[in-house]
Amino acid sequence: MSKAESTETTGDGVIQSVSGPVVSARDLDARMNDVVYVGDEGLMGEVIEIEGNITTIQVYEETSGVGPGEPVENTGEPLSVDLGPGMLDAIYDGVQRPLDVLEGKMGSPYLDRGVDAPGIDLEKKWEFEPTVEVGDEVGRGDVVGIVEETVTIDHKVMVPPDALEEGETTEIASIEPGSFDVTETVAELDNGESVSMHQEWPVREPRPSANKKTPRTPLVSGQRILDGLFPIAKGGTAAIPGPFGSGKTVTQHQLAKYADADIIVYVGCGERGNEMTEVIEDFPELEDPANGNPLMARTSLIANTSNMPVAARESCIYTGITIAEYYRDMGYDVALMADSTSRWAEAMREISSRLEEMPGEEGYPAYLAARLAQFYERAGYFENVNGTEGSVSAIGAVSPPGGDFSEPVTQNTLRIVKTFWALDADLAERRHFPSINWNESYSLYKNQLDPWFQENVEEDWPEKRQWAVDVLDEETELQEIVQLVGKDALPDDQQLTLEIARYLREAYLQQNAFHPVDTYCPPEKTYLMLTTIETFNDEAFDALEAGVPVEEIIDIESVPRINRIGVQEDYEEYVEELKADITEELRSLY
Amino acid sequence: MKEYQTITEISGPLVYAEVDEAIGYDEIVEIETAQGETLRGQVLESSEGLVAIQVFEGTSGIDQNASVRFLGETMKMPVTEDLLGRVLDGSGRPIDDGPEIVPEERQDIVGAAINPYSREYPEEFIETGVSAIDGMNTLVRGQKLPIFSSSGQPHSQLAMQIARQASVPEEEEGDDDEDGSEFAVIFGAMGITAEEANEFMEDFERTGALERSVVFMNLADDPAVERTVTPRMVLTTAEYLAFEKDYHVLVILTDMTNYCEALREIGAAREEVPGRRGYPGYMYTDLAQLYERAGRIQGRDGSVTQIPILTMPGDDDTHPIPDLTGYITEGQIYVDPDLNSQGLQPPVNVLPSLSRLMDDGIGEGLTRADHGGVSDQMYAAYAEGEDLRDLVNIVGREALSERDNKYLDFADAFETEFVDQGFDTNRELEETLEIGWDLLSMLPKEELNRVDEEFIEEYYREEDDEREVVEAAD
Ligand SMILES: Nc1ncnc2c1ncn2[C@@H]1O[C@H](COP(=O)(O)OP(=O)(O)OP(=O)(O)O)[C@@H](O)[C@H]1O
Ligand SMILES: [Mg+2]
Repeated sequence: MSKAESTETTGDGVIQSVSGPVVSARDLDARMNDVVYVGDEGLMGEVIEIEGNITTIQVYEETSGVGPGEPVENTGEPLSVDLGPGMLDAIYDGVQRPLDVLEGKMGSPYLDRGVDAPGIDLEKKWEFEPTVEVGDEVGRGDVVGIVEETVTIDHKVMVPPDALEEGETTEIASIEPGSFDVTETVAELDNGESVSMHQEWPVREPRPSANKKTPRTPLVSGQRILDGLFPIAKGGTAAIPGPFGSGKTVTQHQLAKYADADIIVYVGCGERGNEMTEVIEDFPELEDPANGNPLMARTSLIANTSNMPVAARESCIYTGITIAEYYRDMGYDVALMADSTSRWAEAMREISSRLEEMPGEEGYPAYLAARLAQFYERAGYFENVNGTEGSVSAIGAVSPPGGDFSEPVTQNTLRIVKTFWALDADLAERRHFPSINWNESYSLYKNQLDPWFQENVEEDWPEKRQWAVDVLDEETELQEIVQLVGKDALPDDQQLTLEIARYLREAYLQQNAFHPVDTYCPPEKTYLMLTTIETFNDEAFDALEAGVPVEEIIDIESVPRINRIGVQEDYEEYVEELKADITEELRSLY
Repeated sequence: MKEYQTITEISGPLVYAEVDEAIGYDEIVEIETAQGETLRGQVLESSEGLVAIQVFEGTSGIDQNASVRFLGETMKMPVTEDLLGRVLDGSGRPIDDGPEIVPEERQDIVGAAINPYSREYPEEFIETGVSAIDGMNTLVRGQKLPIFSSSGQPHSQLAMQIARQASVPEEEEGDDDEDGSEFAVIFGAMGITAEEANEFMEDFERTGALERSVVFMNLADDPAVERTVTPRMVLTTAEYLAFEKDYHVLVILTDMTNYCEALREIGAAREEVPGRRGYPGYMYTDLAQLYERAGRIQGRDGSVTQIPILTMPGDDDTHPIPDLTGYITEGQIYVDPDLNSQGLQPPVNVLPSLSRLMDDGIGEGLTRADHGGVSDQMYAAYAEGEDLRDLVNIVGREALSERDNKYLDFADAFETEFVDQGFDTNRELEETLEIGWDLLSMLPKEELNRVDEEFIEEYYREEDDEREVVEAAD
């Protein structure tokens, strides 16, 4: 049920037992996934199992002190989110309670129990501007007007998908511009339904769409190794597995900051409080690279940190993806980051074991794979029910125990997602960041995105990428020999290849997320950087062929400047000059 | 208050009793044995007619005639500023013959989660005086930074050194610390030996640190189950001092491994489906509920900084205890047995060590503008030197290029000059960074690609400036 309306409660029951977040009640008249209020304090919970007269409930708040005999009230509604203007620039817990509002209501920096608040402000007035007129025909999902939700985003007010049957249309009976709160009617339909700015949607059910299409546009991230080697599509799926400290969160934050999506939904699922605080503090100050507005204006945050109730951690992923789908329906490109899906899986495992369900692999419930698949299936490039196109890209961090990718969450995720950014403890330990392993990672979108890069960056984008991949592959092979005999034992051309590969690794693949300039690298710069290294490559091999000793080639003065391209703001000029200097210096050797 | 003599089953640390009233989950229980001894416990599961109780002191001495009282409340810690200077047992009762403690408040030991919206991002540098930490893995106020060690290593010495030396630079100057907050140490021992505990106590007494400390002692021969409440007692006290009394609290918890063993024991007694290597599936959540109690809160002057110590079974950091810890804390400091046997003090291996909050806590206006670059460059150089050591074993130094030899020298000097400072040496950050530049100057200037050029101009020592250091390193 949504917290925006107070529903009559029906069919009360009585608590029979309490074990951590799992409570069982008897005599409760309930359906699966109904939201219930548990105990004298009215803690929010959800029905997760029904067996005869006994109903099992997962409780979204701490249950200390709750005991048998206390009442359980059923709202008769499934767990839902409130959808409407006000979700951007907001921060929620896993069941969409706004954390800023809770702070005020509780009067304390600690999260108290039994306090509830609607997901969007019910009293705030928004300026509504109709985009249709009386008599216009509308179907489900059709936009009837807009409100300016933030400086960046116009919120489209849509006919709720459940106001009409699929394919059915009706006419606008009345509609007026003006100032409304989200509960007021902004348009009446001929079939008797009315439209307000507020919708509710049960989180566990995907919002309907007309069609899923093949994604052909990249989600440009401004991260060289991602855009350059392993791009993700708008509407694509990606997994970032890696041991602790390898850079999952930094990568997710970088995407949230710089990815060229319209809307970002960032789900902090069972991770650190300070990481969410960092986002809350930084994002209002940081500029959206697309328009210079504050980043928060396109961002919705969901923070159910590791110490917050585990049942709400289980639901936070669904809350996030439902919000993402809602903006998709408006025709926006939405990117959702979930850090970390492993904590979500563990929440499932914890609840499942309290239910004494038959455990599957490593204690995870047998339905783990199905749940992961259902989540990533909600991503995609869609034709919406209202005919617009929108996308949800889903990027999930995975935190495998001991950094071992053979565990169930990583394995089941890899079966579904099409982009795999494998983080590597060795690289992280060397402070090679982002520590994405270029041998193990892949993107299955690469080929279908090439035309976009060719059209929007350079025609030979795919060839340049292939060149880089080949050099890096060769390096990997050569390194094995070097480990045995040392670098100096290699022939000159191979020594030179190693040097080229070193620049690829240190200048191109590494990117400092904390450097004000290097943190964001537009695809044009990514391309130019690669061509600079290639220029060095071509000129160096020419020189080698002309008889110049490899030591002299490697030692030229200009070439280390490649390492500083990343931090240049006026990179075009810098690169131009550098290419000329490298060429000149090398040619002067013979 | 009703008394029951209805114990139906005793199993490991657990007691099951029949009841005829509603008992709250997590409620505190007192059990009086036939011998008149009173034991304390906590409700782990409450159903109609039956409760499962976890007994902190262990169940020995309990039989079916023991009587059970439910106190109708969850576990509380009596807190007051007067706790400073006191020594308590693992359940928070004084054991130091001091005066009775009159609490100002009694606080629930299962702390409610801090609202992420109410937190303040930690970014104030704490100078520990240890180069391997200050220079390379900077600690900030409100951070949780564990020490990953193994049995028999001098992690306690390192922790004591930090507790003794830790200061926030501006405080030393005394005047411009606007909030006027004081520094306090809370030490929580869980299952450590009396000998180890004595080392800490002696150090606290010797340096006069006890006055500004609270000590909680659960020793190796104290009940294991009590270990599951000790850190909660510690952190409740820490939060009170930090967020109600404005102290900057440094919490040292040792040894988290013993805490996790106790969790495993309880899980096994309850016949739960075990997670990895027999530890409970909820251990991540349980540990997070401890570690996440570090931090800063908007509008409050104090802070809680945590340094949990854990000994990695088999020196293996993929073991669930260090692994889950690393996934929650904001970095980790590795104490390395090899470096220890080489005599390095402290034997910190900086390569796998990390402070996640470093980037925001250092640099211009916070520490020194070149700090980040120096640290990155030293990491890279040390890592390269480390790699080459393997190769040297195979091909010998002569087969390596001049460049490679410089990196090898750097790695040696980094250990002997930078890391090995001794447990009694307190280095200011300036000094740490100066040593850093001495070492970096062993490498050709062109190799320093992680430091901004302006800093190379300013700090790099040309050939003949600083010969001695280079010599000394050979
Ligand atoms: N692109 C980057 N540039 C610079 N530093 C980075 C980058 N990526 C990661 N780091 C460094 O690595 C540290 C750890 O990264 P991060 O917090 O993202 O790890 P994680 O994989 O999310 O770990 P955990 O699983 O424990 O949450 C960061 O604090 C930062 O110091
Ligand atoms: Mg992370």
